[in-house]
Amino acid sequence: MLEAHSISKSFGSFKALQEVSLVVPKQSVFGLLGPNGAGKTTLIRIINQITMPDSGHVLLDGVPLKPDHIRFIGYLPEERGLYKSMKVGEQAIYLAQLKGLSKSDAKAQIKYWFDRLEIGHWWDKKVQELSKGMAQKIQFVVTVLHRPKLLIFDEPFSGFDPINAQLIREEIMNLRDQGATVIFSTHRMESVEEMCDHIALMNKSKKILDGNLLDIKRAYQSKIFRVGIKSEDKALAWQTLEDSFGATPMVFKSIHDEVQCHVQLPDQMTPNDLFMQLSQLGQINHFVQEVPTANDIFIQSIHQNEASL
Amino acid sequence: MNHLGLILVREYLNKIRNKSFIIMTFMSPLLMVGVISLVTYLSSLNNDNERHIKILDESGYFGHLFEDQDQITFELLQAMDLDQAKGITQAAQDYGLLYIPKVNEISDLSREIYFFSEDSPSLGVMTQIERIVQRQANALAINQAGMDAQAIRNLYFEVRPQLETFKGQETSKLGSGLKLIFGGAAGYLLFMFIIIYGNMIMRSVIEEKTSRIIEVIISSVKPAELLLGKIFGTTLAGITQFAIWVILVGVLGTVMSQVLGVEVPTGTDVAVQQSAALAQSNELPAQILTEIFQLPMTNLVVMFFLFFIGGYLLYASLYAAIGAAVDSETDTQQFMIPIIMPLIIAVYVGVFTVIEDPHGTVSQVFSFIPLTSPVVMLMRIPFGVPLWEQIVSVVLLFTTFIITVWFAAKIYRVGILMYGKKPSYKELLKWLKY
Repeated sequence: MLEAHSISKSFGSFKALQEVSLVVPKQSVFGLLGPNGAGKTTLIRIINQITMPDSGHVLLDGVPLKPDHIRFIGYLPEERGLYKSMKVGEQAIYLAQLKGLSKSDAKAQIKYWFDRLEIGHWWDKKVQELSKGMAQKIQFVVTVLHRPKLLIFDEPFSGFDPINAQLIREEIMNLRDQGATVIFSTHRMESVEEMCDHIALMNKSKKILDGNLLDIKRAYQSKIFRVGIKSEDKALAWQTLEDSFGATPMVFKSIHDEVQCHVQLPDQMTPNDLFMQLSQLGQINHFVQEVPTANDIFIQSIHQNEASL
Repeated sequence: MNHLGLILVREYLNKIRNKSFIIMTFMSPLLMVGVISLVTYLSSLNNDNERHIKILDESGYFGHLFEDQDQITFELLQAMDLDQAKGITQAAQDYGLLYIPKVNEISDLSREIYFFSEDSPSLGVMTQIERIVQRQANALAINQAGMDAQAIRNLYFEVRPQLETFKGQETSKLGSGLKLIFGGAAGYLLFMFIIIYGNMIMRSVIEEKTSRIIEVIISSVKPAELLLGKIFGTTLAGITQFAIWVILVGVLGTVMSQVLGVEVPTGTDVAVQQSAALAQSNELPAQILTEIFQLPMTNLVVMFFLFFIGGYLLYASLYAAIGAAVDSETDTQQFMIPIIMPLIIAVYVGVFTVIEDPHGTVSQVFSFIPLTSPVVMLMRIPFGVPLWEQIVSVVLLFTTFIITVWFAAKIYRVGILMYGKKPSYKELLKWLKY
């Protein structure tokens, strides 16, 4: 869907992007992650043709980006706002028309979305009369009005309460299911976990990691299991665990009174073998492979990257 | 509809629906007519005061010459000395006392005549009195020298050269005056338009930044389209406002002058012409243009519109460029002086140099520089400027306008990336390279 080839951009002596390449597969939800100042917003602006890269090029469906492409892209910037003194309905029509919709198309689309989000009665209100969360909803609607095939969200959930954030999340997934490709940049790792199929991790103007989220997780997985066993004789169970498996104690929340520890899967064993052996010690309430969260991967790889610099 | 049209319509509607704009549109003419009527009314009240002046003429040559006028009455005092006369005048609370002593030589009068009053007397009154005394004193002096004052006066006649150009066109000093007035009025009107609506354009360019919608907009349209849309939209709103002003001032002025019986001066005719012209398209086939140009009046009117529109657009685009460079209105101050300066220079050159020497080097140079040409050239044209000069100047003007918009668009695009930083001129130059 979207390919970026070795994009570089600097502002004066400051290098904002260095040789960044990305491939965003069609109909995926692509998470663009990285600490503040990593260059995410600059990259997004280049994709939106707000700024031009110094070198490198971007392909949309195999064609180099051109001004006409803006109608296929819906962009929700991090820095957002609407014309304050304009009425909601008029404003939405105006912005949709700028994206190439005819007036009647725009009206129909707006009606559809306003009904869907139950905000139809805001039509004649001025934006300055709305709360921040309400304005955010309008902003989301105007981003998706022209049915773009590529949606780009920069921190989409900031400013939403949990209920509306959930609503927007569902709408985004919905649009993806209808064929749109979604790129979003965020610091909120739980939404990455929940929504993204692919991620790219950036730090200090470079891409340091990218790929399918599950593949990445697999690469980062360890053979450690979190185990909770309810046993008659806690001391004995603990002793066995320590001697036979080299278990290390740990504490996690549980409703049971149990022995809790981390167990490293021995090389020659399958998880099933381990489970069988552990089950002799008592009733197993927890037996979970420790898979790194996106957050863990984020922090770990940023640290590694910093250390290697 | 294309982007430019959409932006233009939005800007226009947004402006004319704005509450303060509506209030300004309808309050200004009311205020203007109100203030003018009030001033006219008050000064007419003031003039109603009758002034009584007492005269003590010991020489006996002057007293009979003072005749009562509309607002001044004279009264001759007889057979008393100066102190008595002063006392009487003060007691009667009259305007003043004119004292003419008895003199041996007529020429002594030049220093011996006094006017006593409570405060400094009005200039108008003194001029009248001086004229009467002067005339009589001169006549007396001439007669005393043994000549006939009346006969000498009859010998005076006036000399006025008839003015004609080499082409055989008769001109007149009055005509030259009219030309200056025309040029001056055109320059002044342009000046006013730029100052009122330039700021409005600047604010409208900043609007996207203060409302933070800028990234959404700029990912949909080109900055140059946005700026042009804003310039034209705001200008149309300005013309609407101006037209309403002209009509309202005309109507109110007529009503007021009927009610109060006071003449309220209005610039209605000129202004109506202008607003009608701005709405007009200026793309006429060149052939028609040259034909029209053979008539000087048509030349003037056509060039007035071209220079007015071009000059206005150029300054508007400069204001837009400032708006593009800054984040908020408070940051605009440092850029205002360089914009206003050329305008002021243009007016100075127009008033001092063009009048003195309409086709001198200074006038000529300034009538080509785009920032000053709208004012200076408009003042020169009535004195006859070759067509090619006019065309070159107009082309330069419009080219500069387009370059300025391009420049502003460039600044605008880069400015987005620089939130919250006040740009210096040096940085602005650097941005052009991005």
